[in-house]
Amino acid sequence: MQYDVIIGLEVHAELKTKSKCFCSCKNEYGSSPNSNCCPVCVGLPGALPILNKYAVEQTIKAGLALGFEINKTAIFERKNYFYPDLAKAYQISQLEKPICINGHLKVFDKQIPINRIHLEEDAGKLVHEGKETFVDYNRGGVPLIELVTDALKEPHMETADEAIEFLTKLRQIYVYAGIADCELEKGQMRADVNISLKPKGSDKYGTKVEMKNLMGFKSIYSAINYEIARQKEILDDGGVVEQETRKWDFDKGESYTMRTKENAEDYRYFPDPDLLAVNISNEDIERIRKQLPPLPDEIKEKYITQYGLSEYDTDVILADKKIADFYEECILEYDKPKTVANWFTTEILARIKGGAGLGISKENLVWIIRAVDDKKIQRLTAKEFLADIWSKNVDAEAEAKKRGIMADLSSDFVFSILDKVLQEKNEVVTQYKNEKDEKILNFLVGQVMKETKGKANAQEVKEKLKEKLSD
Amino acid sequence: MEITKLSAIELRDEILKRNLSCYEVAKAFIDNIKKYESYNAVLEIFDDALQNAKVMDKKIAEGFNGKLAGMPVIIKDNILYQDKICSCGSNFLKNYKAEYNSTVVKKLIDEGAIILGRANMDEFAMGSSTENSAFGITHNPIAFDRVPGGSSGGSACAVALDMCPISLGTETGGSVRQPASYCGIYGLKPTYGRISRYGVVAFASSLDQVGIFSKTIEDNALMLEVLAGYDENDETSAKVKVDNYTNLDDAIKTKIGVPIEILNMTKGLECEKNFKNFIEFLKQLNLEIVPVSIKNIELALATYYILAPAEATSNLARFDGVKYTSRSLAAKNLQEIYKQSRSQGFGKEVKRRIMLGNYVLSSGYYDAYYNKAKSVQGLLIEQCNEAFKKCDVLVMPTTLGEAYKIGSKPSDPVETYKEDVFTVTANIVGSPSLSIPFGKGKNNLPLGIQLFGKKFDEKTIYSLAKFIQNNIK
Repeated sequence: MQYDVIIGLEVHAELKTKSKCFCSCKNEYGSSPNSNCCPVCVGLPGALPILNKYAVEQTIKAGLALGFEINKTAIFERKNYFYPDLAKAYQISQLEKPICINGHLKVFDKQIPINRIHLEEDAGKLVHEGKETFVDYNRGGVPLIELVTDALKEPHMETADEAIEFLTKLRQIYVYAGIADCELEKGQMRADVNISLKPKGSDKYGTKVEMKNLMGFKSIYSAINYEIARQKEILDDGGVVEQETRKWDFDKGESYTMRTKENAEDYRYFPDPDLLAVNISNEDIERIRKQLPPLPDEIKEKYITQYGLSEYDTDVILADKKIADFYEECILEYDKPKTVANWFTTEILARIKGGAGLGISKENLVWIIRAVDDKKIQRLTAKEFLADIWSKNVDAEAEAKKRGIMADLSSDFVFSILDKVLQEKNEVVTQYKNEKDEKILNFLVGQVMKETKGKANAQEVKEKLKEKLSD
Repeated sequence: MEITKLSAIELRDEILKRNLSCYEVAKAFIDNIKKYESYNAVLEIFDDALQNAKVMDKKIAEGFNGKLAGMPVIIKDNILYQDKICSCGSNFLKNYKAEYNSTVVKKLIDEGAIILGRANMDEFAMGSSTENSAFGITHNPIAFDRVPGGSSGGSACAVALDMCPISLGTETGGSVRQPASYCGIYGLKPTYGRISRYGVVAFASSLDQVGIFSKTIEDNALMLEVLAGYDENDETSAKVKVDNYTNLDDAIKTKIGVPIEILNMTKGLECEKNFKNFIEFLKQLNLEIVPVSIKNIELALATYYILAPAEATSNLARFDGVKYTSRSLAAKNLQEIYKQSRSQGFGKEVKRRIMLGNYVLSSGYYDAYYNKAKSVQGLLIEQCNEAFKKCDVLVMPTTLGEAYKIGSKPSDPVETYKEDVFTVTANIVGSPSLSIPFGKGKNNLPLGIQLFGKKFDEKTIYSLAKFIQNNIK
């Protein structure tokens, strides 16, 4: 049987802020356990939360970047449940009046509707050591935004590819807008997926199954395909899909039941009496809108239409904001976007992909690209040179001069070499004059290049040789 | 001069004039605490109190003249004082030491107060008699076989027995005013947001306020002046100007509102006659009395017993045996840590309210209880605002009658909850309310009357209370 697949996403991202959501402790990854803690974020008796206004602004920014309406009054609520990493045994979150409502994100050719983005606090982390378990509350209270897609509205995400594209684009937007760093391996972006299937064309929604513990896009991709197949099989056999929460086992590549509907938690949400309602004015919204930097779709448009880059090159450069920023800096110095882009997609990205950081300064890179364009250095030589000085703290121009790799074809030097080669290879010259064979000419070019240690421009040497040998 | 009979202001003045040393003052009050140990009002005398008094004597000699210089104060056991035990009257926290100072304690210390000890209370402030403390019952200072009221019974008893001139309690639904009434002293529940709640162990956050017990109205006003004000550590503390409460106005023009519903509610109760006497007394003072209506005031009690447990459930969830509370030693896994620690740690009344709170917040019941209670709260706020268009202060009895005998309440907890019928409205609407001693009951025990004011208008109720204090023969 044919089915319609409906995929919903709940995406958590840790906001980029200096301090936590409800106290002044540092929002910092990788500090020693429980070093960024205070009475508020470890939930000591009597401690009270104070809302970090910047976290609200960051949430609004996320909303504006995704075309959301911003609620003029937002409230915080308590989500009550017991777990050792949750210091107060409730999480401050938002239910009835989140900061952002009704947004959308374009995935391929679909505008995927998004229900909400709300602000909440992250929980701490359990650390297991042998038989003992410890709690690290450094992450407790870190501001987190949760985005929930609206699976009740059309169009739906229907494939793992679409879900991954959604997440990739969302992540890019958060990173470009400076809202979140979204480093997956640090758990700064996490997603839960829910999936339901219904007979093709049916109006009635199927039973929704939620999947948790999806670490990284690979897990999400596999888990979605696994779940679609699982539900399909059940339905094909005439069975009923149970409403449940399933946990993905990355190593085994399969999911298992975590919670059924019967043991679903009742979070007993109610407005947090410790926090005032947040009033957001139109002035606030406009001020924040002005702070929004250009977003990936807008930049992409510019690269393609103004810079004349291919869509592929654009995507490759924009995939990493650090690279894109570096690219922009370079073309500010050297206004040849396409040429610079070529260097990025061939030389720069290949080097970074290997895990190495950016190993060249803007000044050095621009100098090299310009030198090649000005025919001061041979392209191949330049590429080798770039590899050589990668991660080294040198001045490219001085270094190139020191190494004597700069070309100067017009000089007597190159002519003298040319003459020298013609003299030495007298027999070959005669052979060429008789046969006019291109291969022989290329051999001579090679000899000249060898003598100049690659400093000459091969094309030009060839032209000169041809000229010389034609009379 | 008998030191412990002096008012707080008299004491402070004698201390600043160096007629009395902080040390001898602290010593005199501590001697009284020991003398009346059998009342079980104070759970612990802080061992550094006398030392702190000595240090304060030096500071005063060097020119320090804080508003509470050398003033002995006792605090309720749910107010955090760094490095001191703060047990909330619960076995669960019997060894819990505060890791930081509450804002109120910080203010006390900054103004030179000497905190002598911590006072007994109903566990987590849940109760109206101090019978729910894990550390024994506190006795009524006037009639030993009776309750002092609660939940701040220890703090009230301490002031009434001259263990300190002023003490701090906390209020959620009457926990300062009711014991003040039973102990024959003044007890103020300030406007919600007037005093920072930072460092006060929460019961129901939207209703909780620190309250003040004193023997004179001037002392009460002095303490509010010290404690009131916005605190950046408490979002719900108000950015409203703090009046000069020690310089009180003439109250002769104060318009008094008598809610007609209260007259009905008092019918047949011990407080009925006393309340009528009080209105007569006001008339004799030539104060204008106007009838007002707070139509839904009878729903206040039910509203309170939905909202307060709902918030309490959530506030008390952090006491889970994982972090600072006593953990059950028998627990073998996480579920057992939670279940056993909480079962062993909390007393009966606390458990009952946790159950109640969870129930009213549960999916399927939320609208019927919590949301409905919130709507009634909205109505009561509106109705009080309307009433205050006609008057400056509302008056009503504080309690049903005199302090009752220890152990005399029937096993049905609702009977005990009814004790709060006159006090909860002030908490629900956020208004300030002061219980002043007025009249006696059938056993010649003190009764109290509430002066219930407009939000942030403590000054008017203080002025009126002073006027009444000066005219009571």
